Amino acid sequence: MSEENFLREKENTIMDWQGQKLAEQLMQTLLLAFAVVAFVAGYSLGSFQMMLLIYAGGVALTTLITVPNWPFFNRHPLKWLDSSEVDRHPKPQPVKSKKKPTKQK
Amino acid sequence: MHSYGYRANGVLSLSLTILALLCTVASLSGGILNLPPPSAQVEVVNINWFQKHRSGNDEVSLTLNISANLESLFTWNTKQIFVFLAAEYETPKNSLNQVSIWDGIIPSIEQAKFRINTINKYRLADQGNNLRGREFNLTLHWHVMPRTGKMFADKIVMTGYRMPHEYV
Repeated sequence: MSEENFLREKENTIMDWQGQKLAEQLMQTLLLAFAVVAFVAGYSLGSFQMMLLIYAGGVALTTLITVPNWPFFNRHPLKWLDSSEVDRHPKPQPVKSKKKPTKQK
Repeated sequence: MHSYGYRANGVLSLSLTILALLCTVASLSGGILNLPPPSAQVEVVNINWFQKHRSGNDEVSLTLNISANLESLFTWNTKQIFVFLAAEYETPKNSLNQVSIWDGIIPSIEQAKFRINTINKYRLADQGNNLRGREFNLTLHWHVMPRTGKMFADKIVMTGYRMPHEYV
């Protein structure tokens, strides 16, 4: 597989940068929101079990939303330069130094 | 956050951290209901028998009427309450003798107000023959077991009981 194809392949399985940020923020917000809702509901209903059920549901929903690589996480694809650019802008070669490093005692 | 694994790990670790936080807050939260403080009365209905064993130890059998209201100890975070009745008395040898004579587990607030008529569930025997005419207390101890958080215990001491002066 050429480097280009490899990168294309990567682009399809890996979330873009904006998407990653969104996924993390969504996860934190959702989990905290569900925790607050669960506590308030459990406390006011006097049911510890209700609190745990609501929170468990929230965690499941958050997993479903933020773990899979949904299309809305990939609205900002990276624009890679075309491979022909390589020829037009050759990689600068490291300058060879004539001096050999001498060991000092 | 770039791969499934990292995102799943993120959800897992944050959700468990928040769960621990929820449990901590729950253990600090009190009850909502305004209920009267715990109360208890115990009546010694009958001395069934009172004798000295061949070993020299006194033992007595009592019929008791126990009534208590422990509803205020229940909050949304209470799993159950263990309650036991102890006969407590002083002898020349020991400044405090405690004999558990009845116990029970209260699993819900609906059963926290109770009244039972029972003989002593566990034997009330002394280490010696010091029971005749002995004044004793009946103490209702309870241990509250929360779903999360610290267990705590308290008691109500009921005084003014006295063993019979003669074996019956």
